[in-house]
Amino acid sequence: MESRFRVLFLIVAMIGLSGCAATKNLFGFGNEEAPPPTSEAPGQVIDPEVERREIKEPAIDREDFEIGGYVGIMSVEDFGTDVVYGVRLAYHITAGFFVEGTVGRTEAGLTSFEELSGGARLITDSQRTFTYYNLNLGYNILPGEVFIGEGRAYNTNLYLIAGLGSTRFAGDDRFTVNVGAGYRFLLSDSIALHLDFRDHLFDIDLLGEEKTAHNLEGHLGFTVFF
Amino acid sequence: MSEPSITTIPSTPPPTKSAWFGCLVAVVLQIFLTAPVQAADDYRTVAVADPYLELRTGPGSGYPIFHVVDRGESVDILMQRTDWYLVRALNGKEGWVDRAQMELTLQPDGDQVSFEQAKIDDFTDAKWETGILAGDFGGANIISLYGGYSLNPYVSLEVWGSQILGNFSNGWMGSVNVVHEAWPDWRVSPFFTLGAGVIHTEPKSTIIQGEDRTDQIGHVGAGFRIYATRRFLLRAEYKSYVVFTSRDENEEVEEWKVGFAFFF
Repeated sequence: MESRFRVLFLIVAMIGLSGCAATKNLFGFGNEEAPPPTSEAPGQVIDPEVERREIKEPAIDREDFEIGGYVGIMSVEDFGTDVVYGVRLAYHITAGFFVEGTVGRTEAGLTSFEELSGGARLITDSQRTFTYYNLNLGYNILPGEVFIGEGRAYNTNLYLIAGLGSTRFAGDDRFTVNVGAGYRFLLSDSIALHLDFRDHLFDIDLLGEEKTAHNLEGHLGFTVFF
Repeated sequence: MSEPSITTIPSTPPPTKSAWFGCLVAVVLQIFLTAPVQAADDYRTVAVADPYLELRTGPGSGYPIFHVVDRGESVDILMQRTDWYLVRALNGKEGWVDRAQMELTLQPDGDQVSFEQAKIDDFTDAKWETGILAGDFGGANIISLYGGYSLNPYVSLEVWGSQILGNFSNGWMGSVNVVHEAWPDWRVSPFFTLGAGVIHTEPKSTIIQGEDRTDQIGHVGAGFRIYATRRFLLRAEYKSYVVFTSRDENEEVEEWKVGFAFFF
């Protein structure tokens, strides 16, 4: 209990002290800076009254975000392969780098042990739902163009991603490392198709010994820049 | 001749107190009302002042130059992606131009154009910040998301949500922090932090013993905010937690994390 009070006291003290160091306009209540002296300099004859023009500019449409969905197949190690679907949101930092978050879901099937043994089940049906989220850093390693026929050219990017996340599977949340590569095919300057291959790695001890499971995913996606 | 004034074209509306709401509305509108048809006069028109303006086929320096617009001609700016601008020439050709070249264009009335860009000053003065960090929490993995609001350049308030993924237990943690930066204008800016919150832990399904617990926490910490580029910063921090358990002794946990964040 005592340390609880100590933490509270420290917080109050810190707000107070740092506030004192820089309270000017804290919460907008601080005093405004003193206005400059209004009396004109004695030698000044011409009043330099330059009007600052207010120009209202329509903001340029900025399209750094990319949002979309994907469908594909995912192999959950020891548990077979099923359809995976998910959503993706990316933010482009520079022409090369982007950050990306994905959320996806698939259903794990039966292990060969479960198939052969007949009735025995390692996990319940609801625990077979495999849900993941990942936060990745991506890099457009091979930007390029493809040419279709004589008059059409499309921009493309081959990119690599790596990141962290969590997977809910077999009754637990599992720390997941995610690596992969993808191909972005820009149908227009704002619409893209994606082909992605990813590996989701986590440690699992469901079948006795602890091991690192590789869960491979391949998907086709569609995104819009905004 | 008067001195040409420099006008800054905002690429995003200036931050206001209702920035969050504004962003949300903008995102929703963008999603539901994707308007491919835009009035032509919505575009920003600039004149080429350099000997020529190079149009590339894509937003990146690796894409080839396929068209050149001569000095004196004007182009419409259609959109911006990172530091690249999609422009349309009078003859209808559309291509991407980098910021450095766009800065050399003129407005129709002869004024120089300056494109708004996040700089290191904004790193110090920006009101809002959000980021993602990951690291080690007393031997377990931790992934954290935070949002912060600056009361002034020195003091900010932050709200954190974390997921903890360990060998024996999983859990989540939520906390509220006060962060003090002594030198907010430094590119590598050290900070101190204090906070309180709650932690919830549940043993893994393969562990027989143990039960779910929710406890209060308090923490102190220190770290660095490092300006990277544009609106982007790196962040590394250490925090020491005290978990106020219902047992006789409190637990102490050390945490190390690194990650990245955006300010706006």
